Amino acid sequence: MAMITYREALNQAMREEMHRDERVFLMGEEVGFYQGAYKVSKGLLDEFGPLRVLDTPITELGFTGLGVGAAMAGLRPIVEMMTFNFSILALDQIVNSAAKMLYMSGGQLPVPMVIRGPGGAGHQLAAQHSQALESWFCHVPGLKVVMPSTPVDAKGLLKSAVRDNNTVVFIESEVLYGTRGEVPEGETLIPLGVAEVKRPGRDVTVIAHSKMVHVALDAATALAKEGIEIEVVDPRTLRPLDTETIFESVRKTNHVVIVEEGWPNCGVGAQISDTIQLHTFDYLDAPILRVTGADVPMPYAKNLEHLCLPDQARVVDAVRKVLYRN
Amino acid sequence: MNQSNTATSAQNATEVQNPGVSTMSQADRAQGTDPAVLKDLLEKMLLLRRFEEKAAELYTLGKIGGFCHLYIGQEAVGVGAISTLGPEDFILCSYREHGHALVRGLDPGEIMAELCGKKSGVSKGKGGSMHLFDKTKGFMGGHAIVGGQIPLATGFAFASKYLKQRAVTLCFFGEAAVNIGSFHESLNLAALWKLPVVYICENNRFGMGTPIERASALYDLSQKACAYNMARAYVDGMDVLAMRDVVADAVARAKSDNAPMLIEARTYRFMGHSMSDPVHGHYRTKAEVEEHKRHDPIKMYTSTLESLNVIDHDYVAELDKKIREIVEDAVAFSERSEDPDPMDLGTDVYTP
Repeated sequence: MAMITYREALNQAMREEMHRDERVFLMGEEVGFYQGAYKVSKGLLDEFGPLRVLDTPITELGFTGLGVGAAMAGLRPIVEMMTFNFSILALDQIVNSAAKMLYMSGGQLPVPMVIRGPGGAGHQLAAQHSQALESWFCHVPGLKVVMPSTPVDAKGLLKSAVRDNNTVVFIESEVLYGTRGEVPEGETLIPLGVAEVKRPGRDVTVIAHSKMVHVALDAATALAKEGIEIEVVDPRTLRPLDTETIFESVRKTNHVVIVEEGWPNCGVGAQISDTIQLHTFDYLDAPILRVTGADVPMPYAKNLEHLCLPDQARVVDAVRKVLYRN
Repeated sequence: MNQSNTATSAQNATEVQNPGVSTMSQADRAQGTDPAVLKDLLEKMLLLRRFEEKAAELYTLGKIGGFCHLYIGQEAVGVGAISTLGPEDFILCSYREHGHALVRGLDPGEIMAELCGKKSGVSKGKGGSMHLFDKTKGFMGGHAIVGGQIPLATGFAFASKYLKQRAVTLCFFGEAAVNIGSFHESLNLAALWKLPVVYICENNRFGMGTPIERASALYDLSQKACAYNMARAYVDGMDVLAMRDVVADAVARAKSDNAPMLIEARTYRFMGHSMSDPVHGHYRTKAEVEEHKRHDPIKMYTSTLESLNVIDHDYVAELDKKIREIVEDAVAFSERSEDPDPMDLGTDVYTP
């Protein structure tokens, strides 16, 4: 086992997959000479050359669509969004081309492509650079949506995403790039669509993804001191969702809190909550509670930004509330 | 495409930087072309015309639903352009693509079945009129967001270069697409990365009901290529042979030099924007449409070939009969085809 950063894990995943399959190439803003805006692609240009590591102009719609066409033609592009905020410019190609091509063509044209980059809030980046857009992509049939929370998940899931024959929207966490964790030496593959229990517990199921997994784990430590054991479930893949792992946890704890960084309306948690009530209604001892980002554009000021984001205290409060202990 | 065309294109590489495409008459062009090729072009144009006249009829009868955008009037563009391709090449189109699909050799019965939403359609009834696909023939769709196919086509050209395949991609779109971002982003990428793609702007003068003069600050559309340091040309899109010549040169350049090009084909649609729109009305007069019909690409080409004694009146009558039978067979195939299986609603969303 090696201790490496989330950033290094992603870099290893791309390097290994590019060595394994010559059809895999990386394209995006600053991925080459600059070594990546967040250094995720560090060293890849030197190793694979400019035909396989392509710096693009700032033209998200154009290069994402180019990636879709290349994937239809048999290549396996990794398209980097410098941040997912800019994916909004590419939505037409992601939604209307990548997600629907297989269906519209009657099964003839899969689009094996990974669209990856950081999402979520940074630190004081304000409204246009701090948003969690995963629910937008989860809405669309034809897309898979992956959000790793640890280095090992980042590596194993990205390698699986590159090998997947569908379009995978792979949203990393800007604030987790520097975090460290153990990653096994050698081939590391984690299947898409499989959740992981990040901490077992008997009292409350807390479902969280990406950075919120760490918020939930911190809350778990705090709650353990008052004798409350929460089970932290990380879906890892938001679409398709591993419902069975979630249901199994709910049947054990009978209480659910869902944590996400995004806005509350039509959020990922709303969908997960609906799935849980539909299939495990009789196991619930309390209404499902959600902890979400505030329903406002992200403000700049530090104190206001802090108020927007779910934190340990809010998760702890929600857990107490779902247990009727406050 | 024959060898002499390739040679000509190399000599003309600088000439096409200037859009002054030769003003040779259609008869002059015909005289330098194999009569079998000349007849084949006529046959294809006539097939497109008769097929779509039938499609219009089926739409009126309610057998074709949704939007149905006809290509009538523009046949010379697709027929001339696609006749220059080899089997290794790719084609991407807008939603007005029945004609391009037919020229490329997709089965007329399977196209008609797709228009009618049948299981035996080229896209299994899941695509419809605007989403015809046949991967085996390099026919990569029918795309229905204006300009959406332009980045995709650029991606096919990128893949050809990446895989060192000597293939070209033809990308067709209407003149209304030249104002959208995907057009500009794609042309820049194709020129920057030297990709083997030929962009063919079919200027039929109207984006639905808005004439070019009310939509674009620039009317000489091939000039848009100048912003990307890309070769350009404009051509009479009602002349199938002029169309074929200019695209043959562009294809040869793309294949030998990975050089993209923008071609503006000046044409006209004789029908409404789609079958649910009027042929004329608030946005253009009946007289204007009739005036353009005097330059009907099929009539014009037929009389050129007759004047050169390549064909005669009987030949045309016989050909028309044969094509009407092909179209009737296509309809019959569609009629006896089944609706898609309800069990297939959820298939083809993801692939293993």
